[in-house]
Amino acid sequence: MKDTVKQIVEKYSKDKTRLMDILIETQEAFGFISSEAIEVMSVMLNMSKVDVEQTISFYHFFSTKPRGEYAIYLNDSAVAHMFGRQAVKEAFEKETGIRFGEVTPDGKIGLFNTACIGMNDQEPAAIINNKVFTRLTPYRVGEIIRCIRSGCKVDELINESYGDGKNQLPSLRAMVSSNIRRKGMILSDDYVYGTVTSEVLPKMSPEAVIAEIKHSHIRGRGGAGFPTGLKWEFCRRSKGEKHYVICNADEGEPGTFKDRVILTEKPELVFEGMAIAGYAIGGDEGILYLRYEYRYMKEYLEQVLDEMRNKNLLGKNIAGIEGFDFDIRIQFGAGAYVCGEESALLESLEGKRGEPRDKPPFPVEKGYLNQPTIINNVETFATAVRIVQNGGEWFTQFGTEDSTGTKILSISGDCMFPGVYEVNWGFNVNDMLNMVGAYDVQAVQVGGPSGTLIGPDEFNRTLGYSDLSTGGSMIVFGKQRNLLSDVVLNFMEFFIEESCGSCSTCRNMTQVMANKLKKILKGKGVVKDLEDLRSWSKVLQASRCGLGQTAGNPIISSLKNFRHLYEEFIQKEKDFDEGFDLVAAVQDSCKYVGRVPNFHHH
Amino acid sequence: MSNLIKFKIDGVECMTERGKFIVEAALENGIFIPTLCNMPGVKPKGSCRICTVKINGRLMTSCTTPVADGMEVESNSTEINELRKSIVELLFVSGNHFCPACEKSGNCELQALGYLYQMMVPRYPYEFPLREVDADSPYIIKDQNRCILCKRCIKTIKDEQGRSLFAFRDRGHRLEVVLDKELAAEMTPELAELAMKNCPVGSILVKEKGFVEPIGKRKFDKTAIGSDVKL
Repeated sequence: MKDTVKQIVEKYSKDKTRLMDILIETQEAFGFISSEAIEVMSVMLNMSKVDVEQTISFYHFFSTKPRGEYAIYLNDSAVAHMFGRQAVKEAFEKETGIRFGEVTPDGKIGLFNTACIGMNDQEPAAIINNKVFTRLTPYRVGEIIRCIRSGCKVDELINESYGDGKNQLPSLRAMVSSNIRRKGMILSDDYVYGTVTSEVLPKMSPEAVIAEIKHSHIRGRGGAGFPTGLKWEFCRRSKGEKHYVICNADEGEPGTFKDRVILTEKPELVFEGMAIAGYAIGGDEGILYLRYEYRYMKEYLEQVLDEMRNKNLLGKNIAGIEGFDFDIRIQFGAGAYVCGEESALLESLEGKRGEPRDKPPFPVEKGYLNQPTIINNVETFATAVRIVQNGGEWFTQFGTEDSTGTKILSISGDCMFPGVYEVNWGFNVNDMLNMVGAYDVQAVQVGGPSGTLIGPDEFNRTLGYSDLSTGGSMIVFGKQRNLLSDVVLNFMEFFIEESCGSCSTCRNMTQVMANKLKKILKGKGVVKDLEDLRSWSKVLQASRCGLGQTAGNPIISSLKNFRHLYEEFIQKEKDFDEGFDLVAAVQDSCKYVGRVPNFHHH
Repeated sequence: MSNLIKFKIDGVECMTERGKFIVEAALENGIFIPTLCNMPGVKPKGSCRICTVKINGRLMTSCTTPVADGMEVESNSTEINELRKSIVELLFVSGNHFCPACEKSGNCELQALGYLYQMMVPRYPYEFPLREVDADSPYIIKDQNRCILCKRCIKTIKDEQGRSLFAFRDRGHRLEVVLDKELAAEMTPELAELAMKNCPVGSILVKEKGFVEPIGKRKFDKTAIGSDVKL
């Protein structure tokens, strides 16, 4: 083992900033990261062991204990629960004889929960040794476990047909479906990749590229909505030894999966967009930061990059433009939602815990390795190609005045046709629901858990930066759903799990609020609890990053728009209830001393 | 261009050198902004959030935000003080802080802030988490009950090779600060002493050295935290 770890560390030139790669390769080689492996790394990288371990323990997919020869990660998102996760979970436990969080005594199979894996349109889904298994049923679980027991390799566990589109390629062979249900300028098939790089770019200066992007008024597609052109311009003007282009493909917001689809069906467009950005800001290195849940795409995406290098769309003097050098590498994350926050992503890229940085300085001044860096969403880069191709003016005819262009939505939940839809900004929620075949809708979660939960009286609102802003996650809830216990609590637990823990506010207030929600759901709530939730949540505004600032949104927005659901649980006759459960509190001691308490005796 | 810039804290005209963080600049101008995770001369991280101020309607941490020319900072206002009190309360309920039994009582910055913001009983329910006391190291005790995860020990306590003796473990609500067993076994008494000194609460103690100063003569026994800040 030690020799293998040594080779891995040497492969990355004993570079601390590549610790993520070192850990990923070690984890994949042995199924866990042993104390001997940590010892080797700490000596070779001149770090204390606890320093190596603090990166390991930050990421959900790293483990210092064996996770089983077949590590099964079952998605725990709210939508997975809506589509039968509980039965699938029980089947896994019954077939393996262990509980989630455990490994079978023979070390063969491990069962683990995992946050949204970007398959909301084909739940319940699980990841087994980096392969994705979608639309699971208890019957399929039985087959999979029996097949594992009989010695099947992970590829042999698949008896489904592969998914649609490029999922069938030999380098992917995934049962994942792309489910593209509406195409626009990005998902359309009428663009031959490389056209802009080889035909348009040679006639344009970097400044002219930035001018077109600015003129298009495109804003970041990840959700925060910062004007892309300005970002590129600031970065170009910042002085540094090197400028970096980073593509944020860490899509972790529950309910979003459009980046997975773009990277499956149009990866060339994304990479071309990154190269164009490199040309514009004067950078020659690009990094695709891809969430580990999409590890199954590694071989495929590497092939695409190779193909683009062969066509001189990446590499040196691209498209014959003297000095236009640009190449891209893929960096995987290891399971941390917060790494979708751009400065946390940078920390992770540098091999550290994904704790967001204080701003200022902004990444455009001091980003990756302290150099000027732009970080844009997958969709933003893809869109940039079409803008440079057709001009910023052309782009503004799509969408609305303050939200130009198209937006790719990931729509899931209670609807006939979940999947990916590219629409013009300004689309309204009613039209969206009619488009996807959603009837008897109780609520729509716009923008994922960190966004807003709206009811039918707001379905006439439109999607856009000035009204309902969204990074693309749209989850539909039918009338049969119990919003508070099945959705809001799930979202709060997600935020508790995914907080980096750095800020006192986000680390603690999410837990305080979730505890109060549980108290209310147990029937122990009073009217004051609702006011407390609202006023206490304000503390979260003082958190460093967007995750912390929005971590109370599931409760805040449901309390605002669905207050009646809370009121149903509230005790009308009481002003105060500390929520203390005496029966539960004395249960252990009573059992121990063999007494039956008499609570009615005073 | 002059290197001196003007700014305001709660309407009071202040002056400082360009590039200074608000919290330092405030101190120079005789204004106290409470801190917990911040240490002079150490790269700030803005994790406790207690030094939050309002600038242009936005909440910012004053330990990480450099002063800009003409900046107007809101610090000692009802809203901001209420926020700070909330944060102190959150820190109290999320750990196990029993001041009367704590060696650091009177020298503890969290306790001092509790007094400053007149915290009686925290508004949030106590969590009473189960936490461990790590006494494995020959020189120091790491009491997780009292740790507020400020990162001061992580940032400042290193061996001659620059390796950290302390590090975070896990994340979110399970986050802890842990001590490296091997490096801790070799630490010098001076470094152990420094670790205790740099801890704002009583989470890091040098063994056999709990009560050196008697109660009544400790830093915040008679004067409130920040009361020494004057022009």
